[in-house]
Amino acid sequence: MIRVKNLNKSFNGKAVLENISVTFETGKTNLIIGRSGSGKTVLLKSIVGLHEIESGEVWYEDTLFNKLNFAGKKVIRSEMGMLFQGSALFDSLTVEQNVLFPLDMFTDRSQEEKIERVNFCLKRVDIINANNLFPSELSGGMKKRVAIARAIALNPKYLFCDEPNSGLDPITAILIDALIKELTEEYSMTTIVNTHDMNSVMEIGEKIIFISDGIKCWEGNKNDILNSDCGTLNDFVFANSLAKKLRTVSK
Amino acid sequence: MQTGFKNLINGNTINISNFEMLKYKRMMKFLTQFGRYFLLLKKVFSKPEKPVIYYKQTLREFVYLGLNSIGIIAIISFFMGAVITLQTAYNTENPIYPKYLIGLGCRDSMILEFSSTIAALILAGKVGSSIASEIGTMRVTEQIDALEIMGVNSASYLILPKMIATLLFNPILTLIAIIIGIFGGWIAGTLAGVITSENFIYGIQYAFIPYYITYSLIKTVFFAFIITSVSAYQGYFVEGGSLEVGRASTKAVVYSSVLILLFNVILTQILLS
Repeated sequence: MIRVKNLNKSFNGKAVLENISVTFETGKTNLIIGRSGSGKTVLLKSIVGLHEIESGEVWYEDTLFNKLNFAGKKVIRSEMGMLFQGSALFDSLTVEQNVLFPLDMFTDRSQEEKIERVNFCLKRVDIINANNLFPSELSGGMKKRVAIARAIALNPKYLFCDEPNSGLDPITAILIDALIKELTEEYSMTTIVNTHDMNSVMEIGEKIIFISDGIKCWEGNKNDILNSDCGTLNDFVFANSLAKKLRTVSK
Repeated sequence: MQTGFKNLINGNTINISNFEMLKYKRMMKFLTQFGRYFLLLKKVFSKPEKPVIYYKQTLREFVYLGLNSIGIIAIISFFMGAVITLQTAYNTENPIYPKYLIGLGCRDSMILEFSSTIAALILAGKVGSSIASEIGTMRVTEQIDALEIMGVNSASYLILPKMIATLLFNPILTLIAIIIGIFGGWIAGTLAGVITSENFIYGIQYAFIPYYITYSLIKTVFFAFIITSVSAYQGYFVEGGSLEVGRASTKAVVYSSVLILLFNVILTQILLS
């Protein structure tokens, strides 16, 4: 479980996140949704410690993460996996070396055991016969899946995904969403996904928070998002014409 | 024109001109960057997570930053040696000057300045821009964030192997530059007929001071540190996209070159006085 209490973050004096408090539950796919520029990525990066926060608390179980030093954070980070918007695979390493990297860095397993684990992770995300390819030789969807394989290589307790299906076609996006949900349940992880894709919201949104202009406006799940009284959320959810028509039909 | 400005010490508002404000901001920016540079170095020199991984990285950097620079250093040294010899010959045609001074001039120019300073300026262009653009691209594509999330000290992992590789390999490049430069001078001098082979070889042996080699190697080590650390700093703190990576790469070359020239003067005064 990850708890965020009264988190504030600003850049050059401009508030980007204001007084955010939320609890992300274990074994569930927690979604942070909002328009582009609403502060989703800043919130996610503040939670994982890539951004220093001005005030507030970030708790991983019973550990106050944002007050830890580098060594303390390192211990928690060994239990984190993160999928970045652009995949962030290491360009100079092959697919196999990318997934092997955290195992090489943080385990003392034998080379055979590590390769076995790499192949297991790659198979789990449906990447087969691509071990020796470089990231530049992969499609967008494959890159995301390799990044997921790297993120789960060390059996993390916490999985963070920053817009996992941005730039992907709808079918691949659904596959990535399904994969994230499956892995979350399989390994009982606390998963936090940043997205503005309504399809993801309706597919995997077990817990959802909506952010607008750095303020948490709404919290709920995929079942009650369509019946919310929050005006800004409704503007977001029913932004496209198909959603507007569906709402008209359902009314 | 006056600007209201809060005094940091007592909190009172004081009025200063826009020009003074600009000067203050520039000074603050310089001090911030200076401090950030040393904090980065502190991170770079912290204990490596897994030495064996760093060892492999260092070997890789030996190839990319060291071995791959031999070609350009060899070509430029050869032609510089040749030009120095011909220039010396054509500018000392007075019969008072013995011919072997041409060889001596070539040797000392190569050892004292070319092999360390000029070669360092060339490497600032080749290696410095490569380091800044590699690390900068990793920054803007979130690869550095990915390392940090895994709990890896990204500064140390990315910069320390490059620093070790250049600190160890650049002195070798300097020695190669000296040898090939003098060889180029000998070839050019004898082929152009401005000096005989015997005179040239006598000249390069005449009044040889071994300390000059040490002086050159000491300068090379300093310059290698400047090239790697300044370029890595520029790349590591890039914000934005490909345009900013390009700018960082240019800044890396310019700042490294200026610092090399500045430290050349300082080190020469310290080491040769």
